[in-house]
Amino acid sequence: MSSKVAELAAQAAEVDIAFGRLTAEEYVENFSDIHPPLDRNKAIIEANRCVFCHDAPCIEACPTGIQIPIFIKKISTDNVKGAAKTILEANIMGGSCARVCPTEELCEEACVRNTQSDQPIKIGQLQRYAVDNLMMRPDRQLFRRKPATGKRIAVVGAGPAGLSCAHRLSREGHDVIIFEAKEKAGGLNEYGIAAYKVPNDFAQSEVSYILSLGGIEIKYGQALGKQISLVQLRKDYDAVFLGMGMTGVNALGIAEEEMEGIENAVDYIEDLRKSKDLSKLPVGRRVVVIGGGNTAIDIAIQIKRLGAEYVTLLYRRGPEHMTATEWEQEFAQTNGVMIKHWAMPKKLIGRHGHVAGIECEYTQLDDNGKLMGTGDTFTIDADQVFKAIGQTFVPSPCQDNGKDLLQLSKKGRIAVNDEGLTSLPGVYAGGDCTEGQDLTVAAVEGGKVAAEAIDRYLKTKR
Amino acid sequence: MADLTCKIGGVTSPNPFWLASAPPTDKEYNVVRAFQAGWGGVVWKTLGEEGPPVVNVSSRYGAMHYNGTKIAGLNNIELITDRPLDVNLKEIERVKKAWPDRALIVSLMVPCEENAWSKILKRVETTGCDGVELNFGCPHGMSERGMGSAVGQVPEYIKDVTTWCKKHTKMPVFVKLTPNITNILYPARAAVEGGADAVSLINTINSITGVDLDLMSPEPVVNGVGAHGGYCGPAVKPIALCMVGEIARDPACKQIPISGIGGVSTWRDAAEFIALGAGSVQVCTAAMHYGFKIVEDMIEGLSNWMDDKGYKNLDAFRGRAVKNYKNWQDLDMNYEIKAKIHEDKCIQCGLCHIACEDTSHQAIRAEKKDGKRIYTVVNDECVGCNLCLHVSPVDGCITMERVENGKPYMTWLQDPRNPANMKKKTG
Ligand SMILES: Cc1cc2nc3c(=O)[nH]c(=O)nc-3n(C[C@H](O)[C@H](O)[C@H](O)COP(=O)(O)OP(=O)(O)OC[C@H]3O[C@@H](n4cnc5c(N)ncnc54)[C@H](O)[C@@H]3O)c2cc1C
Ligand SMILES: Cc1cc2nc3c(=O)[nH]c(=O)nc-3n(C[C@H](O)[C@H](O)[C@H](O)COP(=O)(O)O)c2cc1C
Ligand code: SF4
Ligand code: SF4
Ligand code: SF4
Repeated sequence: MSSKVAELAAQAAEVDIAFGRLTAEEYVENFSDIHPPLDRNKAIIEANRCVFCHDAPCIEACPTGIQIPIFIKKISTDNVKGAAKTILEANIMGGSCARVCPTEELCEEACVRNTQSDQPIKIGQLQRYAVDNLMMRPDRQLFRRKPATGKRIAVVGAGPAGLSCAHRLSREGHDVIIFEAKEKAGGLNEYGIAAYKVPNDFAQSEVSYILSLGGIEIKYGQALGKQISLVQLRKDYDAVFLGMGMTGVNALGIAEEEMEGIENAVDYIEDLRKSKDLSKLPVGRRVVVIGGGNTAIDIAIQIKRLGAEYVTLLYRRGPEHMTATEWEQEFAQTNGVMIKHWAMPKKLIGRHGHVAGIECEYTQLDDNGKLMGTGDTFTIDADQVFKAIGQTFVPSPCQDNGKDLLQLSKKGRIAVNDEGLTSLPGVYAGGDCTEGQDLTVAAVEGGKVAAEAIDRYLKTKR
Repeated sequence: MADLTCKIGGVTSPNPFWLASAPPTDKEYNVVRAFQAGWGGVVWKTLGEEGPPVVNVSSRYGAMHYNGTKIAGLNNIELITDRPLDVNLKEIERVKKAWPDRALIVSLMVPCEENAWSKILKRVETTGCDGVELNFGCPHGMSERGMGSAVGQVPEYIKDVTTWCKKHTKMPVFVKLTPNITNILYPARAAVEGGADAVSLINTINSITGVDLDLMSPEPVVNGVGAHGGYCGPAVKPIALCMVGEIARDPACKQIPISGIGGVSTWRDAAEFIALGAGSVQVCTAAMHYGFKIVEDMIEGLSNWMDDKGYKNLDAFRGRAVKNYKNWQDLDMNYEIKAKIHEDKCIQCGLCHIACEDTSHQAIRAEKKDGKRIYTVVNDECVGCNLCLHVSPVDGCITMERVENGKPYMTWLQDPRNPANMKKKTG
């Protein structure tokens, strides 16, 4: 009887995908800066809260090791240009990191001001204040290239890792040619990060600042494995840096029939980031997101902000297991995303070639701590389903006739040592295509460390 | 409830919190609001003689902001009241009638001639005010006309003017002293010799609060240039306390009542002044920063603290710290303390370590264990200077612990290491 009722109800529910669910003002409002910048007064008050630690824990917690107390002190004395210099010296993408870093698990988590039920120093916000101020100055170029060395380095990928590496190499006097598969530089800063974190075309202004140093040329539409090959690059250049990020996505692990309305979160976000008119994006009324990381949170919030009515984030374990930080989970929830823990997808339900729902099963850990289904199932209606269960590194571009040129790590990424050196001499790698934190800031550090190693390598090579 | 009644130099007020002679006491409107808020007394903004106009410039204030905290110190280049004498006197009379229980002192500054003082005293007497305060302190503008600190820096003048005033009025005479002098005891003793009923101190300190680096002008800037002004506010409290203490313990000052002024911002500041011998305290900058309502906490806080300590009235603790105000040579050379770091309260900021390492005695060791920063005091190196305690951002992370060495109290005068004592031995 009850199953009959459910069936009737399911039939009644029409697929509801629409465009332009919101007014023009609502789009603007929903995709503007989530953290409005600090003004001078607020920045100075905040800067003065910093106790100026010696051997500061926050520095240690920053993957790029920015001298945080030093730049904060400079803000407090109104030496904002000096503050920006301290930041960019360690992290040339300090502007985007200030916006996208999960500071709550990096520098701000380590801040000694967390104690005594106090708040940490808003390090990210202060960093943004300093860098944004620099960017508005006519004398914003802080760096100068050393005398030309005549060495040429090929960098693959113009994401944070590649750009950071290129900038550091160019400062050392080397010429850098970046090969980028897409039409724009910036990597996931341009195509992946949630739109409200980097509004106003910030990624491109940062790229142009980096390029303004000189000595860096970007060749667009040049993909490794297609237009260019690693074998050739090694022949033509003094060294090679690989910063291609991750281009693949994980599969759900259940039968995935071809049906409309099921999408990779990263692809949809890329469309969103490229879109000049958000009302042209298809938005379901009932949306389900599968995954527990940054990407899952980002797609859930952005689809909600595009006007989806019910957004459910399905995650197979508990909140403490999510790779999305506590702050991000909370941010999703305050945006009206319902997070359903301890449940996994079992079957996609389609109707007339379009997704209509998803059957799920509750999960639990068995005595050995292994995840298993409880046998108890439920169904959620869905007009749109986003898969956000992780990106993967695709090694094929680094192959030669189907043969791996580079050693891969256990998790299938490019294996590197502490200096970013791969198994091939003269070939370095960093960022998401290697093992690490999979964060912008970590990619910047990876590029920087490799650049320093390449510089040493070229000096000794002769 | 402790009794806060304040009696000083023949003047009584319900509490020791007076507003100092300054913009907050410039007219009836302000003073009435102050009394409504609960202030025990006011010293009316300084009146001058009838005739030559007093004209002020703009701007008038410069300020020292420190690490994001506004007005650690304030500087002004204002003159005495710029309102007609008649108007002020009428208002004073009205206010005193309406608020008989509050202390109302009138501050005066006229040229250094007996006739000028006798003339103004006669007129002020008609208002029924409780006393006068002779302003010998103003360091700018008026001093260039031979008044204010120009008089206050010459003890003989202070004595003369005080004597004239005592001769020409029955009203209590307070003498307000300038700190712009090497030894505060000279003007204080002169006031005592002239028969003053009390001294008030300090007035403001000569200062330039800053330099505008675009205009290349001292601050406050008046059309591209600046003059030195008078410094006041929290930053001057230590200087004021020292001068009050000097007078309180000086036998030649004969325990003249003191109205303590300089950086008083809280009840605690007031309690400190009173403990060092002050009868009342006067406040200006704190009121100018936050408005008159701050007096509520001053009264309540002082009263609660006195209750906690069992002090029934102000006399119960007035001057209690005076006997402990010593000269360096009378301190105990055998007293030993060492810093102790409490790991449970340590937030690992490293400030104590770097302060001691770079600028003191290399007595705090820094180590890292399992990613945790651990700071420990090397007892043998610690000299007990307590710099680490002052730089630490956390209450109680460092305490100074007494070392029981069993040695007796020994002053430098008794110390065998004192060259004077060595000579005695050999010679
Ligand atoms: C949806 C999403 C949200 C995220 N949000 C955050 C966040 O809020 N904060 C944060 O710190 N991190 C976030 N990240 C992670 C962060 O974006 C990455 O860690 C970072 O961008 C990695 O930099 P990268 O340079 O290694 O790779 P990418 O940014 O991926 O850049 C790689 C570049 O290489 C190019 N490329 C790829 N293959 C080839 C090829 N074969 N030939 C030539 N060029 C190629 C790509 O087009 C791209 O431009 C997010 C990631 C995603 C997917
Ligand atoms: C602990 C300490 C000891 C000082 N000893 C001396 C000294 O021996 N000789 C001296 O001329 N000044 C001495 N000074 C004064 C300083 O040189 C300086 O004039 C004063 O501290 C004002 O500067 P500041 O406001 O930057 O501290 C000392 C200051 C401090 C804090
Ligand atoms: S840990 Fe916090 S307080 Fe200490 S230096 Fe870093 S930001 Fe400042
Ligand atoms: S000053 Fe206090 S909190 Fe900071 S390291 Fe020293 S003991 Fe720890
Ligand atoms: S009291 Fe002085 S010497 Fe001792 S540890 Fe602290 S700073 Fe160092």
